Amino acid sequence: MIDVIDLKKNFGTLQVLKGINLTVKKGEKIAIIGPSGSGKSTLLRCLNCLEDPDSGSIIFEGEDLADLKVDINKHREKIGMVFQHFNLFNNLTVKQNITLAPITLAKKKNRKNKYIALYNKIFKKDKPLYKVKPTSEAIKDAEANAMRLLKRIGLEDKADAYPSTLSGGQKQRIAIVRALAMNPKVMLFDEPTSALDPEMVGEVLDLIKEVADEGMTMLIVTHEMGFARNVASRILFMDDGVVIEEGTPEEVFEHSENERVKDFLKKVL
Amino acid sequence: MVQSILAGQEWDLFWRQFATKGAYKTVLQGLGITVEIAVFGLIIGIVIGTLIAVIKVVPKYKTFPKVLEKLADIYVGLFRGTPMVVQLLIGYFVLFPAIGIKGSNLNIITAILIFGMNSGAYVSEIMRSGIQSVDGGQLEAARAVGLPYGTSMMKVVIPQAVKNILPTLGNEFISLIKETSVVSFIAIVDLTKAFKQIGDANYAYIVPYLMLALVYLIIVYLITILVRLLERRMKKSDRRH
Repeated sequence: MIDVIDLKKNFGTLQVLKGINLTVKKGEKIAIIGPSGSGKSTLLRCLNCLEDPDSGSIIFEGEDLADLKVDINKHREKIGMVFQHFNLFNNLTVKQNITLAPITLAKKKNRKNKYIALYNKIFKKDKPLYKVKPTSEAIKDAEANAMRLLKRIGLEDKADAYPSTLSGGQKQRIAIVRALAMNPKVMLFDEPTSALDPEMVGEVLDLIKEVADEGMTMLIVTHEMGFARNVASRILFMDDGVVIEEGTPEEVFEHSENERVKDFLKKVL
Repeated sequence: MVQSILAGQEWDLFWRQFATKGAYKTVLQGLGITVEIAVFGLIIGIVIGTLIAVIKVVPKYKTFPKVLEKLADIYVGLFRGTPMVVQLLIGYFVLFPAIGIKGSNLNIITAILIFGMNSGAYVSEIMRSGIQSVDGGQLEAARAVGLPYGTSMMKVVIPQAVKNILPTLGNEFISLIKETSVVSFIAIVDLTKAFKQIGDANYAYIVPYLMLALVYLIIVYLITILVRLLERRMKKSDRRH
């Protein structure tokens, strides 16, 4: 589903990713662990080009996302992302947070379709139209979908509240369903529980596990080793910009021969 | 002098000119023109200012945005580096005639455009600090769900930026209203000019100019209240309920 080939990323003179190779198959749940500053988050952020890679390629649906000419917005719709600090849109209500992207994008595509149709008519060309529902229908669908998702996480009574009135756990669960509302093919979680109070970690992890059990392909950067062990189908251990150990949870957590990995796990487990 | 005010002579002169001889019409018209120039000037200023601010914060990988930024810098430099009056005079007597703009209300249109462009230079800095005050995660989250840069700015970042800079924008509006008192340089009868004409009629300036100051004070006070109300409305996303 995603093929990462020799991905490199520098911040100034500091090389953060030193050539990452990674293949993600459909339905896989990959947990990326490792010490701070090892490039875990950067790797995840490169996958949807929130950080532009310096070299290498990221093949997603037959296109190289690292290529600046590729329409990245189109692919980002299909790559859900959940941030450490939630990043709910503060100026919008909970429901608007979830519906903003589906509605705005549907409107945009409908508008573009008009221009494309006109262009095709004038120049007798055959440029393909965007596949999109009529705007009014898209709005209705997006709102129904938002309410369905809110109901699922038990927060339908918060639909018209603003993010500032919510707890961290509630914010993060809403951030997760905001990403789900786009029907992504893969979800990226960037330390989704690191900024939460300990008592709220459980509710967020439960939701992520639910999403995982439904068969979603996901990559998750986490310091929750227990969670990584239970949910992940594969563990990547990163250190200093490279993947130094890779395997099933059992292989990495119990039978790793690598000193660096053993040392790290001894400290955190 | 103080005595003559107290005795009411000055006041009588003013009132006769204002009410009986119909100067109040000019004053009302002048008030309308002052407000018109300031309001439309501010609107143009906010549009130009937001555009320049976005040009300044947009990531610059390619040459086109870099060129745009240089142009924006020149624009801001020009409008901040010369006095308002000079810009008005150049606009009215040099620039607009040169490009062949003609019309009956030309001086007012000139004033609105020049005030708007001038204000744009100042609003751009205000708006830029507003945009930078919004957490970077907001833009990232909007980009991550597939919204293009411009849409993310319009729907998520700028609304929050405007909320943060509302008091400062209110100040800009206030100084704009007060600065319009120089438009008589290009033959516009604004509030200031209208009161000056009342004084000119009898060479009695004390009451007209004091009244003029009072009118400006009241306008500024009203704007202050308006801004405060607006601020409270926009704060609703901060409040718990």
